[in-house]
Amino acid sequence: MEKTKINITDEVAIHISEMNKWYGNFHVLRDINLEVMRGERIVVCGPSGSGKSTLIRCINRLEEHQKGRIIVDGTELTTDLKNIDKIRSEVGMVFQHFNLFPHLTTLENCTLAPIWVRETPAKEAQEIAMEMLEKVKIPEQANKYPGQLSGGQQQRVAIARSLCMKPRIMLFDEVTSALDPEMIKEVLDTMIQLAEDGMTMICVTHEMGFARQVADRVIFMDDGQIVEQNEPESFFNKPQSDRTKLFLSQILGH
Amino acid sequence: MSKLAFVQKNKIPPSPAPISEVGIIGWLKQNLFSSWFNTLLTLLSIYFIFIILKDFIPWAWGGHWDTKSLRECLDLNPDVACFSVLTARWKQLLFGLYPAEEYWRPTVTFILLIFSIIPILFPKYFRFFWFSIIYPGLAIWLLWGGSIWGVGIVYIGFFLGVLLFVLLLRNITKNMVIAGISSILFVILFFIFFSNYFVNILNIIIPISLPPVESLKMGGFTLSLIVGITGIVASFPIGILLALGRQSNLPIIKMICVGFIEFIRGVPLITLLFVASVLLNYFLPPGTNFDIVLRVIIMVTLFSAAYMAEVIRGGLAGLPLGQHEASASLGLTYWQSQRLVIMPQALKISIPGIVNTFIGLFKDTTLVSIISLRDPVGLASTIRADQTWNGIYWELYVAIGLMFFVVCFGMSQYSQYLERKLKTDK
Repeated sequence: MEKTKINITDEVAIHISEMNKWYGNFHVLRDINLEVMRGERIVVCGPSGSGKSTLIRCINRLEEHQKGRIIVDGTELTTDLKNIDKIRSEVGMVFQHFNLFPHLTTLENCTLAPIWVRETPAKEAQEIAMEMLEKVKIPEQANKYPGQLSGGQQQRVAIARSLCMKPRIMLFDEVTSALDPEMIKEVLDTMIQLAEDGMTMICVTHEMGFARQVADRVIFMDDGQIVEQNEPESFFNKPQSDRTKLFLSQILGH
Repeated sequence: MSKLAFVQKNKIPPSPAPISEVGIIGWLKQNLFSSWFNTLLTLLSIYFIFIILKDFIPWAWGGHWDTKSLRECLDLNPDVACFSVLTARWKQLLFGLYPAEEYWRPTVTFILLIFSIIPILFPKYFRFFWFSIIYPGLAIWLLWGGSIWGVGIVYIGFFLGVLLFVLLLRNITKNMVIAGISSILFVILFFIFFSNYFVNILNIIIPISLPPVESLKMGGFTLSLIVGITGIVASFPIGILLALGRQSNLPIIKMICVGFIEFIRGVPLITLLFVASVLLNYFLPPGTNFDIVLRVIIMVTLFSAAYMAEVIRGGLAGLPLGQHEASASLGLTYWQSQRLVIMPQALKISIPGIVNTFIGLFKDTTLVSIISLRDPVGLASTIRADQTWNGIYWELYVAIGLMFFVVCFGMSQYSQYLERKLKTDK
């Protein structure tokens, strides 16, 4: 499949400069500099513990950074709660363990935030939710509870739930890692479709096939640093750093 | 073809289970007589139940209901129960020293109680929730009497406060905090300066009042219900706030909540009740006469709120961190996410513990007999002090136990119903 790159604009969606983060004395993220353009699709990979999840969790401040700047959609992340809530409602996030609300139906999961955060009227919120559930191809599960769905279906509901807030940026944190192999494809297909619609996406993932097919840029992290970034073609075929080569040989080698 | 290779060609259709495994016989075999040990246990248990009932049933069944005194019972047949004490004194057990000509008031109060909790227990009837809000005031007025405007003014004050809050938000400011604080200030000022004036006027225009009944006259099961239900209703929200406070990131709030919970849990309820009955008056400015029932309610409430907080904290701890993260990532504020995502789940997990605390609180109300309030247990001693019934124990305590059992068993059944209803994973 030929990849379309016409989506990328020259408008900056996320600007991260000289960003550092510590857990206690442990230096998790070191001098991160990253600029994400609107419409760009980025895949972040790296060994476990390299800080890739922490990096994207800093973008909607599920984690606090201690040094440097993060500017999302023109709003800088500071301790100001208003800015944080504003950014969180613009940035969607999908988690490894879905984190659906088990006490609410699929539809209610999708309408909760629009109704309470965006103050969308309930009826309109339901229409949007159904539209998004159609998009992830599970409208028929709208009135079931998350506990009644398969892992793949739950993850697609989680994607729909984020999309209902009409986010301008989507963060995916190892969204296929907790899934059975036969369910990975349905989730990846949903993400590919989203990418084709021009969503700005940052995906932490080990799915290298997905990276090749969808990403505009692949970022490799190790020990809290961005070690290498490139277009997928060059990244996979001509990696520069030794650490990247080692990592790629380990995950592609078998 | 290799020896390992195997291909299944026909599908095996499902067939019914053998008769010995299903139906009554199957159930008996599986549950009561599955092994020689299980059979032995079954027989022993049946024997045990038999011994207990063998004496109790004739005792209770043949009991006297219409003698004039315990002496008379013993003369007729000393081996059976003498329930005549209940025939003679049941009104006292229910209403304590409440004036006899006013018995209709507690009766009406508790019939209305049923209507006021239905909207809370069954969401189907939630449209009648307004009655649950009016009820507390109505109950206070019915039980204690006096002018209806004494409680009416409280409702009027709060109504005006809410009205002001809404108007401020609509027309003047978008800031919830400013609107909230100014409405609260307004309500306080209203109560300090205007309420007496209003009450006097209302009393002249629409004089509705009942003969006042003082707190020391309250007693019997009425008192247990007053203290128990008020305690339950009040301790629940306080418990939630304490549990949240204990989990808070703000160190001072956390410290206050932890200190409160640990202190209250570490002190016996009786001590707190003694404080309520005796010591509290030393700490209050002289001349303040703080109603004894109210003092007891406050202590019982604080006591069970501390337990409630720990039960709810257990529920909060049972929730995966991902739930907080998911609701935060959607842009919900702290309070929104607590209310819409965290609490519904934490409370659901804690239902058995919460109901356990409620039941414990309700039964603990019998401790007020120690500070000489006349709850059913306290009345039992009073009744026994009477020459006519001196020496009677079993009959009174069986009856009192039964009254408590009905209420507590009801709560337990409701909690099981709720658990079944809220089950969403199957």
